[in-house]
Amino acid sequence: MNVIVCVKQVPGTNEVKMNKETNTIIREGIEAIINPFDTYAVEEAVRLKEKTGGKATVLSMGIPSVADLLKETISVGIDEAVLLSDRAFAGSDSLATSYALSMGIRKIGNYDLIICGKQAMDGDTAQVGPGLAEKLGIPHTTYVRKIEEIGEDFIRCQRMTEDGYEVIEMPLPAVITVVKEINEPRLPSLKGKMRAKKTEVNVWTADDIGADKALCGLNGSPTQVVKTFVPEHDVDSEIIGGTPEEQAGTLARKLLSMQFAIEVQEEE
Amino acid sequence: MAGIDIIKDKCVGCRLCVGACPFGAIVMVDKKAEITEACTLCGACVSACKFEAIDFEKGEVANAVDVTKYSGVWVFAEQKDGEPESISYELLGAGRELADARDTELSAVIIGSGLGNACKKLISKGADKVLVVDDESLEKYNDESYSSIFTQLIYKNKPEIVLMGATTYGRSLAPRVASRINTGLTADCTKLEIDPEDGKLLQTRPAFGGNLMATIICPNHRPQMATVRHKVMKELEPDESRTGEIIKPIVEIPGNTLVKVKDMVRTITEMVSLTEADIIVSGGRGMGDPKNFALISELAEVLGGAVGASRATVDAGWIEYNHQVGQTGQTVGPQVYFACGISGAIQHLAGMSSSDTIIAINKNPDAPIFKVADFGIVGDVMEILPLLIKEFKAVLG
Repeated sequence: MNVIVCVKQVPGTNEVKMNKETNTIIREGIEAIINPFDTYAVEEAVRLKEKTGGKATVLSMGIPSVADLLKETISVGIDEAVLLSDRAFAGSDSLATSYALSMGIRKIGNYDLIICGKQAMDGDTAQVGPGLAEKLGIPHTTYVRKIEEIGEDFIRCQRMTEDGYEVIEMPLPAVITVVKEINEPRLPSLKGKMRAKKTEVNVWTADDIGADKALCGLNGSPTQVVKTFVPEHDVDSEIIGGTPEEQAGTLARKLLSMQFAIEVQEEE
Repeated sequence: MAGIDIIKDKCVGCRLCVGACPFGAIVMVDKKAEITEACTLCGACVSACKFEAIDFEKGEVANAVDVTKYSGVWVFAEQKDGEPESISYELLGAGRELADARDTELSAVIIGSGLGNACKKLISKGADKVLVVDDESLEKYNDESYSSIFTQLIYKNKPEIVLMGATTYGRSLAPRVASRINTGLTADCTKLEIDPEDGKLLQTRPAFGGNLMATIICPNHRPQMATVRHKVMKELEPDESRTGEIIKPIVEIPGNTLVKVKDMVRTITEMVSLTEADIIVSGGRGMGDPKNFALISELAEVLGGAVGASRATVDAGWIEYNHQVGQTGQTVGPQVYFACGISGAIQHLAGMSSSDTIIAINKNPDAPIFKVADFGIVGDVMEILPLLIKEFKAVLG
């Protein structure tokens, strides 16, 4: 079984600090990491490969330095790494990203399953998995928490829903996006680290994958960011003092006097 | 091809753009700004520069459409067993305002089986029209058939705006449809408004776990698509006297889908689901022991709310993952959120900070949770919770 995992480089922290005077973002020593949700996708791909044979390939789109991060995935068992890197990809929204990744996947070829993390930690959109499946013309299932069975030409998996899960069966090739419940990612082995050092990451440009540059990057992106701002978190916090009995009593009275509590009373 | 350049003659080396860049892609070289390969062409620097020293070439946009041919606001009405989900009503509330601002019609699109009653309810909640695709084979949500039907409807009717819930299904259907139509989609919008000048949809959403807000437009493609989380938009009071048109459009219903839903299993047995709850009582590691979560459940029960949990307690196996609130769990926005023994890591705050009223109970007065809390109690949750339960029980019975 040949599996392709799509991963994204994200900032290691989501904390955004603003310089109030200049209204600009303060950025100090933020390291880049592989999107944490994608590490579950990597682990699942390696497990499938180990169980069924075949190859696990990691694919990403980003600046040249992402190649170093991709090597980390080799140290946990990925066989090959491909990075799509080109100025033409700059400014991609989720549609342009889906397109570029789909072209990269077509070039890798001969795949049975594509695994993505459920969403990226920086953007949180969860759009690229389904968008990519559509561009490849293959089915997808999101929020997969377990692969129940996978055969030569089908997969049966559990999709997490708001109140439980669904069992979904679809033919291969297909795309799944996975939640963290699916596995516990392993740590790199010494042997894996050695191999990662020796492995070259394939870096492909838009031309290499035969992508139409009009559909890449900013020009291929229907959405545009017109403004970014740091939300105000101005909360008038009230610390309730007194003995525990007084604290509980005061809090209960305050809440009961609010609108929501009246609704509760009516329901009771 | 799009590109961005610093005009060296105009650049005075003020560094305003360096600070404005959300991606750290501008550096100073010989006292002049220089853009590195980390640039994503977001354009934040262009507006920050006071000296017009940044040349931003946007280039020709692919697949642009004649936006004047599109009109009307659509809402995807999710349903379960023929009953619209609350998110559908919330979307109608938001859609009503947008439709009024655009002086156009608001339509609900509902797909499923046995939807007679649902259509009337959608009209009473603000829809002018209901497009209903009612077929036995569509009883359960299926990515393949639902996306096929929805896409056909968009092609035929050309709506200007399409809203879907940022639910499990909505977050699967919306990107599939947007990708097929080649239009823009903005996830998890917390604010939607019409630009009074040009009528475009201004879509504001959190990024970086809610630490940065971004306003996004989709200027050259239609429909403008957005998903909205639970409890962000307000539903309208039902008005039974409202009239509307129920339309059964002609669509091709995929007969034998490749994707098959074999089973649906409920594992959460509580009456109230986390994302829909008006009141959530959440426990963290400060509860000390999994046994003590009984107090969390008891308070939730007394208040008719749902039980939430921090990541630490889920990872420790105290409670199931479905209860986890936060960035790697669920995003919630109830009227009242109790954080009991939760310190308030940034990832947790990202999942609950939009709650109307936040109550923090924690031993540590310096816990970050107090910064977002409307009411805080510095104390032992094991002591406070039983007293609180007693207080509420006395009033609520």
